[in-house]
Formats: sequence, C-alpha cells, structure tokens
Amino acid sequence: MSTPTAPASMYRPDVGAGLWEHRGKVAAVGVGHSPTARRWDGRPETSVGAISLIALRRAIADAGVSPAEIDGLVLDATTTTGAYWPPGKPVPPEVLNAYNATDDPLDGVAKLSAEWILANMPELTNVTFTMYGPGCMSNAICVAAQAVGDGLAKTCLVLKSWHNYEGRYYQGGANAGDALSGSAAIRALWGTPACFGTALQFAEYCRKYGKTHDMMAPFIENSRNNGLKFPEGYWAEHRPEQITAEDYKAARWIAKPANLFDNDLPIMVSAAYLYTTAERARDMDQKPVYILNHACSRGRPRSLTPTLDEVEEETARTARKIYEGAGITADDLSFENMYDGFPQFHQFHIEGLGYRGMKFGEALDFYQGDISISGPNPILPSGGNIGCGRSRFWMHTDCIQQLQQRAGARQVTGVKPEVAVSGGPMPLGGHFTVWSASPD
Amino acid sequence: MAKQGVVPDDLTRPFWEAANENRLVIQCCTACNRLQHPPAARCHGCGSDEVEWKEVSGRGRIYNYGVVHDCPIRLLQDDQPFNVAVVMLDEDPGIQMYSHLPGTPVDEVPVHAAVEVVFEETANGQKVPEWRVVSGDR
Repeated sequence: MSTPTAPASMYRPDVGAGLWEHRGKVAAVGVGHSPTARRWDGRPETSVGAISLIALRRAIADAGVSPAEIDGLVLDATTTTGAYWPPGKPVPPEVLNAYNATDDPLDGVAKLSAEWILANMPELTNVTFTMYGPGCMSNAICVAAQAVGDGLAKTCLVLKSWHNYEGRYYQGGANAGDALSGSAAIRALWGTPACFGTALQFAEYCRKYGKTHDMMAPFIENSRNNGLKFPEGYWAEHRPEQITAEDYKAARWIAKPANLFDNDLPIMVSAAYLYTTAERARDMDQKPVYILNHACSRGRPRSLTPTLDEVEEETARTARKIYEGAGITADDLSFENMYDGFPQFHQFHIEGLGYRGMKFGEALDFYQGDISISGPNPILPSGGNIGCGRSRFWMHTDCIQQLQQRAGARQVTGVKPEVAVSGGPMPLGGHFTVWSASPD
Repeated sequence: MAKQGVVPDDLTRPFWEAANENRLVIQCCTACNRLQHPPAARCHGCGSDEVEWKEVSGRGRIYNYGVVHDCPIRLLQDDQPFNVAVVMLDEDPGIQMYSHLPGTPVDEVPVHAAVEVVFEETANGQKVPEWRVVSGDR
C-alpha cells in the first residue's frame, strides 16, 4: 500500500463554502495518549514509533472497538519541527531489530510512515485507506473527518507523534553550519529563533493597542494551571510546577518581547483519536463528539513575516469559515481551545473568533478577568502547549474529553460543554475543527 | 557580526550577485508590476512566471524589531543579544528585509526611522544587504 498525501480537495479553505456537507455525520470517540518524555533515551520501547503504537492501541481500546474494524489511518509522517537525526549516524541495531522495519531505517525513529505503523500493528487486518495529513494533528483530523464523511473510511485512526533528541531544538542541521543556500539565507542569516515572527506581531499589537508583555501573565498562569490537571501532559507527568506571574515576568528573553515562558517545551509524545460515522459511534464505549465543521487558513504573508494587519484579516476570515461551515455563531461556543505555542498569538485566534464578543485589541484585558475552567469564560482549558508540552494536540483531546464530560479535574464547570472550537497552529496557515456534544 | 556564508542558488543568484556589486535588487513580476521578496519561481500575486529583477533605491523605514537573546545560529551566538529589525522598502512598504541594524545599540531601535542599505561581507565573502539608520528625517 502506498500512502498519498491528502489532496487540496480534502480541506475547506474558502469563505462562502456553506455548511459542511458532513456536518454532524462524523464523530470522534476514542482517545489514546502515550507517556511523555523530555527526550528520547535511545531505547526501542520509547522510540517515536513505539509510543505511536501505544497511543493507537489506547485509542482503539478507549472506543471499545475491535482492531479488525479499523479500516482507515491518517497521520503526519513528520515527527519534529526542530530535532534532527544527525546525518550519517546509524540507528542502533537493537532499535531496528525491535520492530518490523520499512526501507528507511529512520522510519519509527525520526519519522513515521503509515507502512511502519501497519507493519507493527498486525491486529489492524482491514485497513484499506491510509493518508498523510501533513503539518500537525490539526491538519490530520481535518483529513480524517473529511475521509470518514466522504466514505473513504468508516472507522479511522488519526495519529500525530513527536520525537525529541539530546541537544537543543533547532540548533543542529544548517544552523550549526558555516554557510546557507541562497534561498535559505534570505530569511535565516539574521539568526532569528522560532518565536521571533510571533514576537514581532506581539510587539506591534502592544504598540497599537497600548498593551504590555506583563499582561500575558494571567494567560500563562491559567495555561499551566490547566495543564497540571491534564494527567497525560508532560508537566503533570514529570514536573508538576506552577508558573507564577512573578516567574513569568522574571524569565529570560528568547527574542524580546518573547521570553522563555512564551515558548513551549519540545517533548516526546504521541496521541491518536478514533473517528467514525455518527451512526457507528452510537454503539461505542465513549460518547460521540460530533464534528460540525473543519476549516483551514491558506493565508500567506506578503513578505518575510506577517504584519499585524495580515494576521487580523486572516483570523477574521478564518472565523467566518469556521462559523459558516458549522452553522453556528460565536455565541454558541461553550469554550475555546485555540493553539498557544506560541502564547503570543493565542489572542489573535480568539479575537478573530470574537470569543465572548471580543474585538481586536481586547484579549489581554480579557485575560485579566476570570478565564479559569470554573468561570463563565474559559480560556484554553486544555492548558495547551504551555501547560502540557509541545504537541499541538492537547486542545483537540481536551475538546473531545470536555464534551464527553470526562476531562476529570480539567472539566469546565462554569459553562455547559456543548460546542467548542480548536485548531492551529499559526493564524496564517492553521486548520480548525468545531466539535459538538450533539449532531444537530 | 559574523553571518554564515551564502551559497547562491539558481533562484536567488541575481540577488546575491547584485549584492556583491553593492546594488539591491528585488524580484518584480512583469505581468502585474508587483515586487516580491523572498524570491519565488512565480509571482504570488498573479501566478505569472514572468519575473525579473529590479534595482531599488536602498531606502526604507524600520517597521518593527525584536532583540534576539537566544539564537539558533552557532556563528551568531557570541554576539547575543542583538537587534533584528524588519525594514520596509520605500518603493513598496509591503516588501520586508531583515537587518541587524549595525551601529544601533541593542534594544534602542527607532521604529519608523529612515534607513539605507549597506553591504556587509559574510563568512565566505558573499556580500549581504544590511541597513543603517539615517541621521535626521528624510
């Protein structure tokens, strides 16, 4: 089986596309997470392939279906954005020998193919549909939702996994070299870290609206609070440390005005969801969470980095797509779970959504009020990447679990969990899902 | 600052060759007369592949900036912290270029100030456009 990348037709990038044709007819049911680790320790059983198998099997068990019923698999083959396997370094034989390998020795170690998964999950005997939804879980779940709606699969696993190695993120590869290609050099010669573009937009935001970096402190505190209630998250699992406002304000700069806590922590982790038809979902072990819409941004900056105007235009456009396809308005949102890694663009997402009537320039004031899971205006109840580590999927898991009323200590109590939105990563180029406790 | 060297590729060679001649050129679509940067094989505005290189004045304004304290590029880490400004060209403010703003103290960047291009050598001798704040208003 050769696995294709999802064609453009699987996504919903346009304003004016109307209600999603499969609105309420696709559901997420099962959730499976692997354990987390800061870095790979080199053992076969903790490789990115191995933790993927754990997540997938847990999602199947959580939904209460037979593995033989699974007929689809959607995943992102890329498992990092900044931790690279050293060129020429051999994969340890004990790792290679522990699993059924594909032709690529880095498969299951530094990347992940559908073929590697199927070769190592012999219980998946009936998978006939595989597809890559590249980018992150936000992309992959859009592809899975569309695939189930279109009838390409009926019971489909969706997987996103992340590896992290020794050494500092982004500091290997070309960044450690003496020269760059001409095309790369146009952007990269100036040595900007990953958060730089977002920091620039945040700086312009503060100048335009009269806000300050310190005003982000309640958001960061709330994120870590919520993350520490997410037992599968890195911080809850390994380092249950709260971040106080004072910690945040005193943290070292990475690219001012972005500091250490304005960046997420790269980790090893995997998550899988089980998607199926609304009809089939009724008989599974967990309550179905219905997909009302998926939408994406295809916005691109005119030049090197998005301006604040470009960001605000795009988040407003994205919100129109999200609401139009789901047949809802901002007033229908029980809570929001938009992406936060980097936290300094979370406000762009929720201002674009008009969450709780918010307009551009108002989110940081909103953060100074009650944004907790027990109040009427929950902000990012998952805790996101800041609360749980870099995965780009905590917000999706949280939406599913909140609407299933099984988010445990994280369960929102100040609102009735009925409709939620999650997605990202970036304001330009993100993918978004609208979730509902009801198919209607 | 000791920037990494540059190895021009087919797409960007005219940009780098001009820099070695102390000239700043930007891609321009001949179909819709739109500048674009970074360079691309096609115009992002109209999709035409009829793009050429146009010399620009080398004047602009500082649009925004950040201060890099934790740089991923090994060769620049000894120079931390340093400014990275975004310059917008006078010919088209939609076109941005990065700059370390040589001569401007760290975190004392005058946003909206006028700047002009200068050319610096990188580690392998290839020149790269940089920008200096112009004294007084222009």
